[in-house]
Amino acid sequence: MQVLYGRHHVRVFRFGLRLVRDEQVAEDLISEVFLDVWRQAGKFEGRSAVSTWLLAITRFKALSALRRRKDVELKDEAALAIEDTSDDPEVAVQKKDTGQVLRKCLTALSQDHREIIDLVYYHEKSVEDVAEIVGIPENTVKTRLFYARKKLAELLKAAGVERGWP
Amino acid sequence: MMALSKKILEQEPGDIELLLPWHAAGTLSARDARRVEEALASDPDLARQYAVIREEYAETIDLNESLGAPSVRAIQNLFAAIDAEPAQEARTSFNLSARISSFFASLSPRALAWSAGVGAVVLLLQAGVIGAVLIQGANYQMASLSTGEHEVVEQAPPRALVRFAADARMADITALLETYQASIIGGAKGGMFRLQFGDKPVTEQEATNLLNRLQGEKIVSLAVATP
Repeated sequence: MQVLYGRHHVRVFRFGLRLVRDEQVAEDLISEVFLDVWRQAGKFEGRSAVSTWLLAITRFKALSALRRRKDVELKDEAALAIEDTSDDPEVAVQKKDTGQVLRKCLTALSQDHREIIDLVYYHEKSVEDVAEIVGIPENTVKTRLFYARKKLAELLKAAGVERGWP
Repeated sequence: MMALSKKILEQEPGDIELLLPWHAAGTLSARDARRVEEALASDPDLARQYAVIREEYAETIDLNESLGAPSVRAIQNLFAAIDAEPAQEARTSFNLSARISSFFASLSPRALAWSAGVGAVVLLLQAGVIGAVLIQGANYQMASLSTGEHEVVEQAPPRALVRFAADARMADITALLETYQASIIGGAKGGMFRLQFGDKPVTEQEATNLLNRLQGEKIVSLAVATP
């Protein structure tokens, strides 16, 4: 268990944290995820990579935790307030650092869009793996990421960053 | 109507366009990667979009890497929860080495590549866990066959109850386990982990030295010998 934990706990934590946006909850999540793994190791059939299996469990538990926390929508709305800060001098400074603004906008995306971007870019999951983790058809995976990127472009545009796409 | 349909079709992303993010992440099959490369070479608009994707890719990694790692509290909670399941533990501990083998057998080449940097540590830890499980099994047999408990204790590798400092990160703990060739064999009651050092018995003096050395570690707040 400690080998498995040592190998995967950081990525599981980060994936969970991006979904629930609360460090304490994300830490509780990883304990729950690995406890489930401990309980269900015999059920692992090896059809997918262990990391894919872990991320699917993490996602399920994160969504359950989000459902328990009614206040999460308020937090999402607060994050989206980035669109309304165009006159803020701090944001004006940030505009000089496209990377920083991009990271802020990545944080402001909806949960559906955040998870698919993270799974593809950070967790380096294939179309098939993402479909398995999120539980949607492969074509939906591709189009959802496309629209997540479009939304990201809109947020960037609102923050004053034009990148020439779309 | 026809004009509207055409407009919608024009706005729909193409097959290759949809694959660009996976191309940036290097997770496409060789065939699809070749298709994307060919399209990028002949379509400047697609190439411009790909440059944007490369930027998104890099910033997403930066953002995730900036999230840090969980505290030691998470692993303490995990082991506490495992300890609270005695029936499960008894059942699974005998199968642990088989399960670990099965997990590792299922890892994809990409997943293995991910952790190439910690590969050596992982192998050492895996050996430690499997060794610990085998030795635990051996001790079970010896305990049932031998007439005196003393004999079993003398033949066991050194063990200690260890409390890690509150700010110890998992990476520090993993490094310490590697340095000491130690495995976590139980925990975390009252925040204490039960560690086993190596798989061979040592002399009393060696065990004392090991404990003193352990006690001197920055991330260890308490270490006491335990059977």
